[in-house]
Amino acid sequence: MSITVNDAPRVLRPEIIREPATSGFGAVQKPISAWESVYRLGFLRKAFILIVLAVIWEVYGRWLDNPLLFPPFSETAAALVTNLLNGVIPERAMVSLRTLAIGYVIGVTLASILTVVAIGSRIGTDLLETLTAMFNPLPAIALLPLALIWFGLGSGSVIFVLVHSVLWAIALNTHAGFRSVSNTLKMVGLNYGLRNIRLVRHILIPAAFPSIVTGLKVGWAFAWRTLIAAELVFGVSSGSGGLGWFIFENRNQLETANVFAGLFFVILIGLFVENVIFANIEKRTIRRWGMQH
Amino acid sequence: MVQASPGADAPLLQVQGVTLQYKTSEYVVTATHRVDFDVYPSERYVLLGPSGCGKSTLLKAIGGYLTPSEGTIRLKGREVREPGPDRMMVFQELDQLLPWKTVQENVAFALTASGKASGAEARDRAGHYIEKVGLAKFADSHPHMLSGGMKQRVAIARGMAMEPDVLLMDEPYAALDALTRRRMQEELLQLWEDTRFTVLFVTHSIEEAIRIGTRILLLSPHPGQVKAELNSIPPEALGTAAQVELETRINDMLFVH
Repeated sequence: MSITVNDAPRVLRPEIIREPATSGFGAVQKPISAWESVYRLGFLRKAFILIVLAVIWEVYGRWLDNPLLFPPFSETAAALVTNLLNGVIPERAMVSLRTLAIGYVIGVTLASILTVVAIGSRIGTDLLETLTAMFNPLPAIALLPLALIWFGLGSGSVIFVLVHSVLWAIALNTHAGFRSVSNTLKMVGLNYGLRNIRLVRHILIPAAFPSIVTGLKVGWAFAWRTLIAAELVFGVSSGSGGLGWFIFENRNQLETANVFAGLFFVILIGLFVENVIFANIEKRTIRRWGMQH
Repeated sequence: MVQASPGADAPLLQVQGVTLQYKTSEYVVTATHRVDFDVYPSERYVLLGPSGCGKSTLLKAIGGYLTPSEGTIRLKGREVREPGPDRMMVFQELDQLLPWKTVQENVAFALTASGKASGAEARDRAGHYIEKVGLAKFADSHPHMLSGGMKQRVAIARGMAMEPDVLLMDEPYAALDALTRRRMQEELLQLWEDTRFTVLFVTHSIEEAIRIGTRILLLSPHPGQVKAELNSIPPEALGTAAQVELETRINDMLFVH
């Protein structure tokens, strides 16, 4: 068969019609290999990294052979266990965590108020932007001398610098999150008759949740860092010191293993908060909602 | 041809002399100029025109998101001033469902947030309309697990569950592939047969306008002005010479000056 296109003969190819088979093509789904399913467990991968780091630490510590400068991992672990069992570290950690919790909660509250004001009006946005531009680059520690004059040698001063370190990071991230909420979602909220604070509560906050969680994480890290640093400078506040003071004390007594144990515990708390608390929040919210992968 | 607007009924939606303008950083742009039209109950009214004719802007103004700089929009005799649950929008965007709620919760939340229903009643009504659009199996899924067509179906179920005076659809199928779009058009007509809701539908496809609409408003671009208001053909006449004739007529009106 042939027809003519532009004076050139063209072969007309036969048509093909088939019935797709319903069976006989093997397994469409099959389980992944054992090694791959182990590798997929996030905590196992991270545990492996931690073990490798601990081994490097141990080897370097033994090779250096100077426990005053750099005690090996085993010695640090032993010091940590001793101080955990005699209750010194838990007690100090509780003092630190309590101060931290107070500062963090106040910071988050102020940040929420500031961002709600900012999202509500143009001048509010300007207020937030100006304040953040002024205070965010200011290291919390630089406010310590002032805080000492205002609040005296107590937890008041520590909480003041904590709030300062938390507030701006959270406000900045939350505000950025609010601004990036899709216009369609806002219009949907308005369509339901939601206005003002109900719109913020039911549409903006959940829609901006990925940014809010990032803000909370950054704020947490800043707060923890500032707290330990402030305790190192302040020393004892209201009768009992925190982990920072524990580190400072032991450095003065040249108990280097204890200093390492203190730092190690700070790291452990950080890992716990990041990998257990925040990871769970993310898993139950933004990952389940498909807003983060 | 049957007259689409029954003479006895008063118009449900009246758009009178509506001029819409929006500001960019440099210009004031006139999107539509003195547009008039009436929509009667149970009509499937289509706004059709090329891009730049202000049809989406017009729909947003009816939704209450924009205020006309001239003219009035009245729904059941009351002037439209702000968005509200008596005019439910179905958007073109596939992200119009709340990602943190399941399909069921998305529909039910619209009812509870607007105060139209609460608790068990909202759940039942949501379930009823989700079943109507054929998504009962996915009621507990989150939107990110659905395909584009399914998301739009949920948005339509949500709009219908609210039982608004008019359902506003802003190119709801534009983001879908051609095969899914065709199926969704059929489904919309089927749903309309069941409940006879009033729908205002924006599209830039002549074929879609004829398929969906009972009455078609043609808008000319820059700025949008009414060019014609035509009756569409009944569904039985689709695929016949009548459809081709109407398509050609609309085509000539839009492109031949």
